Amino acid sequence: MSGGVDSSVTALLLKQQGYDVVGVFMKNWDDTDEYGVCTATEDYEDVAKVASEIGIPYYSINFEKEYWDRVFQYFLKEYKAGRTPNPDVMCNKEVKFKAFLDYAEELDADYIAMGHYAQTTTDENGIVHMLRGADGNKDQTYFLSQLSQDQLKKAMFPIGHLQKPQVRAIAAEYGLATAAKKDSTGICFIGERNFKQFLSTYLPAQPGQMMTTDGTVMGHHDGLMYYTIGQRSGLGIGGNSENSEPWFVVGKDLAKNVLYVGQGFNNPHLMATSLDASGMNFFTGQAPAAEFHCTAKFRYRQKDVGVTVKMNGDAAKIVFDEPVRAITPGQAVVLYNGNECYGGGTIEAAYNDAKVLQYV
Amino acid sequence: MQHVYLDNAATTPMAPAVIAAMTQQMQADFGNASSTHWFGRQAHMQLDASRQVIAQSINAQPDEIIFTSGATESNNTAINQVAHEFAARGKHIITTAIEHPSVLQPLKQLEKEGFDVTYLPVDEKGEISLADFDAALDDETILVSIMMGNNEVGSRMPIQAIGERLSQHQAIFHTDATQAYGLLDIDVQALHVDLLSTSAHKINGPKGVGFLYRRNQLMLKPFLRGGEQEKKRRAGTENIAGIVGFAKAVSLLTPAVKAQHQSDYLGFKHQIMTALADAGVDYAVNGSVQADNLNHVFNLWLAGLSTYALQTNLDLDGFAVSGGSACTAGSLEPSHVLIAMFGQASPRISESIRISFGAFTTADDVAAFAQALVKIAQRLHAHSK
Repeated sequence: MSGGVDSSVTALLLKQQGYDVVGVFMKNWDDTDEYGVCTATEDYEDVAKVASEIGIPYYSINFEKEYWDRVFQYFLKEYKAGRTPNPDVMCNKEVKFKAFLDYAEELDADYIAMGHYAQTTTDENGIVHMLRGADGNKDQTYFLSQLSQDQLKKAMFPIGHLQKPQVRAIAAEYGLATAAKKDSTGICFIGERNFKQFLSTYLPAQPGQMMTTDGTVMGHHDGLMYYTIGQRSGLGIGGNSENSEPWFVVGKDLAKNVLYVGQGFNNPHLMATSLDASGMNFFTGQAPAAEFHCTAKFRYRQKDVGVTVKMNGDAAKIVFDEPVRAITPGQAVVLYNGNECYGGGTIEAAYNDAKVLQYV
Repeated sequence: MQHVYLDNAATTPMAPAVIAAMTQQMQADFGNASSTHWFGRQAHMQLDASRQVIAQSINAQPDEIIFTSGATESNNTAINQVAHEFAARGKHIITTAIEHPSVLQPLKQLEKEGFDVTYLPVDEKGEISLADFDAALDDETILVSIMMGNNEVGSRMPIQAIGERLSQHQAIFHTDATQAYGLLDIDVQALHVDLLSTSAHKINGPKGVGFLYRRNQLMLKPFLRGGEQEKKRRAGTENIAGIVGFAKAVSLLTPAVKAQHQSDYLGFKHQIMTALADAGVDYAVNGSVQADNLNHVFNLWLAGLSTYALQTNLDLDGFAVSGGSACTAGSLEPSHVLIAMFGQASPRISESIRISFGAFTTADDVAAFAQALVKIAQRLHAHSK
């Protein structure tokens, strides 16, 4: 239980269904200030209130070390490599569905339940399939894309069939303390703090040149890690008399420490036709075929795009039905077939036809 | 589900006689002991009678007892007021690494103000050495604050030996007797202590009341200022109901009762150790098992099993033990006591639980607990394989 409305209602529904429910709060990050207060305090207090309202025991578990070793080190390594990591995907894989699952088993639990907007179904062979959350706007299968069949078999998503407003209505109906609590935003350990400032305390920033792909110097950047492919804000340059379109990050050259920028939202340098993915994971344990057509998301809450997947071991070549803007190395590519989520991998490189895009 | 309480070092249930005495007091009187009318005199009479009982329990004079809100206030008062009163004589303070936070935190603050604090180390039994103490004591020392017995491992400190050493020294001697008060016969004259802190809720009394013994010759300014209660030594309307309950709890603890508890609790430890050994569960005691420790505290290391899993499983089975103090987000803080005993890197820091017995603990409770612990330990070991 995170202290948010989703996990609150998850616990409530399970209790109503007759499960023997134990609420556990995970403390994954230490930002205790000089007054001994950390941001987790308020959330834990909410867990305490909700658990008491529902009538279940609640506990806290500390996974700071696991999070630091398995998620945050990966996060820093990716930024150092000029990529844009997805710590939430890693957190689900390594902490919520591994360290936490292990702890739940130590407590003799049969299942772990999460407040994710995702659904599962078990086929006649006992294989668990992942389905999108019923609320298309909140579907979180993107973040769960690296889970294994074994992890999925132990997991329940009791609010996956609900729309977010329904979840809030249930919380309100039962008077749960979190019914009107604001959803958390941003990366969990950074919260609403200044991202640039946060990152700079862990990684030295190397300012360098900002230029167009044909070599015209446009100014300076503060450090490549602060910029994401396709991002507009923070470039500090406006349009000129010939072209008033805004400027976007269109590429990075880590070796030369150069940030490439270009004008126009749909700048050709941002448009990709295929990508290479690594670490392909399929919930059922295997790809549906060596080569298959399905849909894909390249970032959270993006509209699906038709793709053809060509497997090569646990890597894949994914070719798009139509060009896609701002494919970002380090982010997850997640595959869907209708309502089913197959799984996904990590974006390694993007191509415009045969030409590799200068993304890292 | 039946719930068994084995966390008496954290707090204790109130004795029925204590509840009866407090109920009677609250029904009969409500007056302010400082008022100069009949209602005030009724309250004052109760206050005096309680003070008498409590003073006798440590061989002190009634006017040497200052009622407080508990040991935290007593410790804060003793440390801050001594340090500030005698700063001109020196800025050195001696304590141990394993004191309660209500001693350590005021000292940390004094360090920021320029005082110099020596934290005596402890060995693996949780005991300090007098040689270390002698080496630390110097002409600049103005305060020595050393607990009588430890709340996490039950080790005893050599209070009398230190008291004797300090009887001819300028340093004021304070001892936090919060855990010891309910188990040991304490004589402040024989121990040569100047200040002593206690709390009622650790000895089957109510929460929110304690006292600070202050030797009459020692003049200190009040920590809480305001009205002239407690002979101007502690402002704030006296908590008469709490004080009456405290005195009743103290009166129940005769020397014979305390000795019986010590011996019962030692027996409980052996009961648990035997059950673990018989079942082949790997364990070690953090500290020592010896008759003159504070026997209500029993700290166990179960190698390879996390404190979280142990404590939570026990709680789910209905057994309340301590896994250590929790931060504001409920996650466990590593024990400064176990760190002082075994070092930061010891697996004991994250694989131990504290069991603490009380006046209402029965051998049946302990047997049921031992059985549950064995079952949980065996299941956790099986899971980790």
